[in-house]
Amino acid sequence: MSLTEAATPSLVVSGTRIDIIERGAGRPLLFLHAENGIEPALGAIEALAKGARVIAPTHPGYGRSELPKGMRSVDDLSYFYLDLLDQLDLRDVALVGVSLGAWLAAEIAVKSTTRLSKLVMANAVGIKVGDRETRDIIDIFALTEKEFIEIAYCDPAAGRRDYKALPDAEVLAAARAREATARFAWNPYFHNPQLKSRLHRIRIPTLLLWGAHDRMLSEAYGRAYAALIPGARFEPIERAGHFPHQEQPKVFAEKVLAFLGGK
Amino acid sequence: MRVYQFSEQPYFPAWNEHSGTLRVTFPNRKCDPHVAADLFHRYYDEYQLTDELGLDIMVNEHHQSATCMCSTVVVGLAVLARITQRARLLVLGYPIGHRPDPLRVAEELSTIDVISRGRLDMGFIKGIPYEIAASNRNPTELMDRFWEAHDFILKAMTTHDEVFNWEGEFFHYRQVNVWPRVWQEPHPPVWSTTGSTSQARVLGERGYVMATLGTGYGTRRIYDAYRKSFVAKHGKAPGADRFAYLGLVAVANDEAEARRRGDLIAGYVRTSPIVALPFRNPPGYLPPEDQARVLRGETPPRTFTRSGRVINMQTATIDELMDAGVLFCGTPDRVYEQIVAFCDHCGGMGNLLMMAHGGELSHAQTVDNLTLFAREVYPRLKAFKQPDAEEAANAVAA
Repeated sequence: MSLTEAATPSLVVSGTRIDIIERGAGRPLLFLHAENGIEPALGAIEALAKGARVIAPTHPGYGRSELPKGMRSVDDLSYFYLDLLDQLDLRDVALVGVSLGAWLAAEIAVKSTTRLSKLVMANAVGIKVGDRETRDIIDIFALTEKEFIEIAYCDPAAGRRDYKALPDAEVLAAARAREATARFAWNPYFHNPQLKSRLHRIRIPTLLLWGAHDRMLSEAYGRAYAALIPGARFEPIERAGHFPHQEQPKVFAEKVLAFLGGK
Repeated sequence: MRVYQFSEQPYFPAWNEHSGTLRVTFPNRKCDPHVAADLFHRYYDEYQLTDELGLDIMVNEHHQSATCMCSTVVVGLAVLARITQRARLLVLGYPIGHRPDPLRVAEELSTIDVISRGRLDMGFIKGIPYEIAASNRNPTELMDRFWEAHDFILKAMTTHDEVFNWEGEFFHYRQVNVWPRVWQEPHPPVWSTTGSTSQARVLGERGYVMATLGTGYGTRRIYDAYRKSFVAKHGKAPGADRFAYLGLVAVANDEAEARRRGDLIAGYVRTSPIVALPFRNPPGYLPPEDQARVLRGETPPRTFTRSGRVINMQTATIDELMDAGVLFCGTPDRVYEQIVAFCDHCGGMGNLLMMAHGGELSHAQTVDNLTLFAREVYPRLKAFKQPDAEEAANAVAA
């Protein structure tokens, strides 16, 4: 399935039109995609839809979603999604995000958990753990795409894309994803210096999933992140790298749904 | 025609020691400061000679690079404002979108304009992609920062009777009042560079001097885009003085020596693109549609010969560089003819940004190259009658 080829439903939130898909039924699950966009998440979204009503927007600036002028941080994005939760009047929402989407989930949850019941963050970025001369997160913009794929994936074949063969819309989406990610995460690099001191405000059950073969981030980074959120659990996912939802969609969905079903 | 002599002030002794990149990550261990000092003094001596010979001067900056030691234009301009007497001092350019503090830029440039007694030409540029890594400026908003910095600097230079307030998207000041006041009224001439027709249209509307480099016999297309928007906005054709072009120049009394010099100067175009792949195309530097083409491996050709053939600057022969109008090379007669033919192609080009030094060209060769050009070629270029501006503009409209 290719989203960019088919007609995708869209939604206008605070004057900005974004693509949004909905799959499955039951308790609402808002899925926030990673910096590589919605397409690589489709397998995980289908798997999650077996146990939840999955609502999966394409972030402003990604895919075909508009990017309003002045939106330039994950903090800005978090207010956009708080508006979306209000607009759709969603309650008891399970908020699930991967990487940049997990950072976004944390930024939402520190502001308000009124509409949230549980939080799942996979291979989350968003905080600074080491000292000022320690690079917590590999500088992906100083790598070729080939080099990036080799450190980001357990099986690099899962991340390779043949741009010459892909439809125009998907190549354009890849270019927009790269640009939007730079807009939100260039400087400070993939983190918000204020976020760390706010994480204690997250008082809903939280699970940090971690693709164990991620070499863009270390597992120590993930564990440090989990330690800052009261009561958060940490669970590795084997045979997956930075995008566990893409490399192990079934395992990813099983772990998320088990967490949502548990007490 | 005006001629601005330009050197990147290269640290060429390290050029053979790199492993795939001369910029960004090439360790500065390769730079011996004693050698660098000798080179700097030599390059400033050559600029001083340029002034004495009656030519104008251009400086630029690049960062973390062995191709260009000048990492801040202000230092070069400050030296030149004091050691030269009459040359115009063109900075092309100042990457103002990268700078954290445009008030500081306004202060620096005003001071240079005053010390030089009004000889500053003020080129504001976006900066090539590799500069992003050094400034860490977000590439996706670089042009928005550029234009806000531009607006602020010009307002700071032209406000004389009261302080003003600025609370923009990127910059915030509450008591702006630049001392010293700029020498040239209302402010030093504004220049910029581009390689694209879309940016040429923007510059044409503003009437700024527009420079291109490496565009060779593909330059006319860009100039015409400028002409069209200039005419639409100003109701008349832009004169040749609105256009500038960077060309390598090698002159000698015999062809063989001229070609030897041309080959050495071409070290500039051969080393300039040696930079690690990821730094060449930062996200957001190009619009997404162009980035998508880059992802597909399609990069638009940039340098064309007179017959429309595309050349690769890094591997081109001397003859190809000459065919493309990238290098003007030969005896004074030949060089004059080549430059004039290029002006005709452009429909008028009034400012030659001349690299009479580049790469490993020696001091003696540079001195001779400059002197011969100034005595044998420049007087004829000054007398040269540019193609008719109205005619060139009408040809675009037609």
